[in-house]
Amino acid sequence: MTNDVLSVRDAGSGAAIIDIKGEVTARSEDALMAAFSEANDGRPHAILLNFTDLEYMNSSGIGLLVTLLVRANRQRQQLFAYGLTDHYRQIFELTRLDEAVGIHDTEGDALAAAGAV
Amino acid sequence: MTTDEVSRTTPEVEIIASEDTTPEVIEEIGEKAKTARDAANWAQLTGALTVGEVPPEARNINVTGRRQTSPMQGFGKMWQKTYRISLGDVVTPQEVIAEWKARFPDFWPSGNRFYGPLTGIAPGDVALLNLTMPGRLKLSTGVLVLYADDESFTFMTPEGHMFAAFITFSAYEDKHGATTVQAQVLLRANDPLFEIGLAAGGHRKEDKFWVSTLEAVAAHFGVTAGVDTQVVCVDKRRQWRYARNIRYNSAIRSGVYMMATPLRAMRRPRR
Repeated sequence: MTNDVLSVRDAGSGAAIIDIKGEVTARSEDALMAAFSEANDGRPHAILLNFTDLEYMNSSGIGLLVTLLVRANRQRQQLFAYGLTDHYRQIFELTRLDEAVGIHDTEGDALAAAGAV
Repeated sequence: MTTDEVSRTTPEVEIIASEDTTPEVIEEIGEKAKTARDAANWAQLTGALTVGEVPPEARNINVTGRRQTSPMQGFGKMWQKTYRISLGDVVTPQEVIAEWKARFPDFWPSGNRFYGPLTGIAPGDVALLNLTMPGRLKLSTGVLVLYADDESFTFMTPEGHMFAAFITFSAYEDKHGATTVQAQVLLRANDPLFEIGLAAGGHRKEDKFWVSTLEAVAAHFGVTAGVDTQVVCVDKRRQWRYARNIRYNSAIRSGVYMMATPLRAMRRPRR
């Protein structure tokens, strides 16, 4: 990530959360994939992407999310997103990522959908 | 968040926020300011695709009324293909992208037509493509301009296109200070027929197409160089639930349209 602020949390009950802050662009690839690998340390069945502090995303960023989704699907994991502003929610709809990623308003909602609460 | 913090984000926010603005409003303004940076770069969400004014010779038989597709909605294996060419220091990344957006059709290989707005590439535009395929088939399809900024622009393909894809064109300064131009395609064949086509020479044709395009961009700036191509299979699995995408197959529909040309001519009222 260009912001260099990206953290991974174990949410318990087989879910991990990646907190995304700042920008998601092509430059984010290494950091995002490293965070995904770290999130997988605990073999979670669900990965939650927290976009609450997302400030900027371009089309390369969306491409990264697609490859992340493929990696999750390959490991039979579910991918969820929460904290998206209306603007980024629309981009998920426009790019039809919303058909493959479960989108929720809050962390609690996403965890509930992941069966982790 | 304080008023002072908000006023630093954008000039627009500075005008809106005042000393007696409530914390809730400031929070809302701050939220809007966060999205404002890239909002103008993205296409707006609409229902089905619509095409603006196009020349009479452009065929629009597979775009109007279709939805855009991402690689997640395609059938075949997922591929990431990256084509790069270095232009050295003769031009900046921003200059390359400005010129590429303004003259996009000029850089396409001959025999293929791109009918976009005369004003160049802008988010939300829908362009028609008439492509030359084997067997003298003129395949009619299109693209949606999903995203565009000063250093990149991205197309998304409609239902029935050969690929369910994101196609991103970008330029950047590499670690040596040289401007590198890149086309990156993240794709799945849209249906089983196009998947067979890809395996039977389609990949080679696709690679040749983008190599030729990048060489044309480089030549425009007076540069002759080789194109570096990287192909990665991101997902080997085929998505059989999308096999029915074949109902929109633009090759089949274009072929039927061509075969029916004499019938349409007969039906036209004589003057």
